[in-house]
Amino acid sequence: MAAAPLRFEKATVRGFDPRAVRREFPIFTTHPELVFLDSGASAQKPRAVIDGIAEFYRTDYANVHRGVYSLSARATDRFEEAREKARAFLNAADEREIVFLRGATEAINLVAQSWGPACLKPGDEIIISDVEHHSNIVPWQMLCERLGARLVVTPTDPTGEFDLAAFEALLSPRTRLVAVTHISNVTGTLLPIARIVELAHAKGAKVLVDGCQALPRMPVDVQALGCDFYVFSGHKAYGPTGTGILYGRYDALQSMPPWQTGGGMITSVEYAKTEFQDPPHRFEAGTPDIAGAVGLGLALDFVESLGRETIAEHEQALTGYAVDQLSRIPDVQIAPGGQHQLSIVSFNIDGVHPHDVGTVLDQHGVAVRVGHHCAQPLMEKLGIAGTVRASLGVYNDEADIDRLAKAVEACREMFVR
Amino acid sequence: MNDSGIDLRELYQDIILDHGRHPRNFRALEHPTHLARGHNPLCGDRVTVYLAVEGDRIADVSFEGRGCAISTAAASLMTEVLKGKTVAEARALFAQFHARVTGGEAGESPETLQDDIDRLEPLTGVKAFPVRVKCATLPWHAFEAALKSGLAAATVKTE
Repeated sequence: MAAAPLRFEKATVRGFDPRAVRREFPIFTTHPELVFLDSGASAQKPRAVIDGIAEFYRTDYANVHRGVYSLSARATDRFEEAREKARAFLNAADEREIVFLRGATEAINLVAQSWGPACLKPGDEIIISDVEHHSNIVPWQMLCERLGARLVVTPTDPTGEFDLAAFEALLSPRTRLVAVTHISNVTGTLLPIARIVELAHAKGAKVLVDGCQALPRMPVDVQALGCDFYVFSGHKAYGPTGTGILYGRYDALQSMPPWQTGGGMITSVEYAKTEFQDPPHRFEAGTPDIAGAVGLGLALDFVESLGRETIAEHEQALTGYAVDQLSRIPDVQIAPGGQHQLSIVSFNIDGVHPHDVGTVLDQHGVAVRVGHHCAQPLMEKLGIAGTVRASLGVYNDEADIDRLAKAVEACREMFVR
Repeated sequence: MNDSGIDLRELYQDIILDHGRHPRNFRALEHPTHLARGHNPLCGDRVTVYLAVEGDRIADVSFEGRGCAISTAAASLMTEVLKGKTVAEARALFAQFHARVTGGEAGESPETLQDDIDRLEPLTGVKAFPVRVKCATLPWHAFEAALKSGLAAATVKTE
């Protein structure tokens, strides 16, 4: 992906019409004036997903991997078809590398609890960046406490860029895992994953990538990135809540013991001993969210129909436009997101608490997230209680940013005197 | 451009903006008899309330912390109305205030406290903004916790 130029007057990508895309999302029919700038928390759902899930329940629904009757076989086909869609979306080598879970949080916890104890010794180190979401901090912190390992934090620089030199200096033969986000959910910083993987692998460390913010908006090729694990939540990718994917290299998954146990993940059970299935089923105990997986597959189809290159280009242009418009407003401070800031702009109005900004923006019909964004250590580093965060989706356009800027102006007039 | 038809100025009245910008009694007490912290994990707001209780009377009250305009103004106004009150009066004021901002049953309000209830009236604008009610009540919950725990420095959290 090319570097994002940070000055924009116009944010139009040829052949892409966000207004037409917007019509695919029923929420905007219900709320025509809504300026929705909180897709980083959860994206709205296109008609294809909403209707597709209902249609699946009407036509093909039964439990999966169990029934010998044809309806169950059809449901299993639909479920496994969704797995293949996720494989293709990530360009994973093999669909057995795709595990269906409830979300990125569950995926990270699975790796922490299954891979962790099998591979970590006291004194080993896990490196995370300083722009991680709590879900990519706390599971590692707990694991380290339990096993006597060390959690090491690698910094971003004052421009918001991931500091590769600092990271390289922290890597050592003790490093067992590097767990980093692909795009920061606070600053929009895009991390140089391929390079991080190269450096980590040279030391024999594995790499887990939190792809929640990146996956819905840019091409992601896990083989090109070379990472060992890549996780994302379906609901941030226009899919249903309660769905998510863990991608793991097959050899890594194969080496990992079961995490939760029960039905669907075994080959044989005796009172004395149980034999477990191979991945991915080993990690999918119990009846999965079948319709959720089907819905996630439809969401990935929807994203693919727009084209991730196109979405990246559109959102990159719009991110630049937002940074530009907001930075023209006096007293507005933007948290720097490095050279490749994508889809997220965090800011503050001097002297105004983010919650007050959020309330005023809401009254102007602009939905943003305010607060610490599940990244308290980063807030601490930036020396702020929280930020106002505008995050983009495929349905946003310049008019949304203009209304955001206008509402921010109104807020400033009210509070800053 | 106001979908809900609620006027923002009902929430952010001048008196709220003023107390939000220039909070009164914004300091630590040197010799408190009671103190407690309030924490809203949702927004990270923190407030510490200090009391100097002599006999059954609140001789002095102050607060420190960081928060939004609503919680800062609520804490500031709270310290103003609590100073000089008996503990019983203070509790009665909290009950009245809580009912008014949450839309609950206020019960009979003692006539002697009417002036103070009126002074707190500007904060009742939060009623129309349910997600902000906790901002207004946080300092009061900290005050109540302080009364209960003395100098044990209890921490109350909004759920």
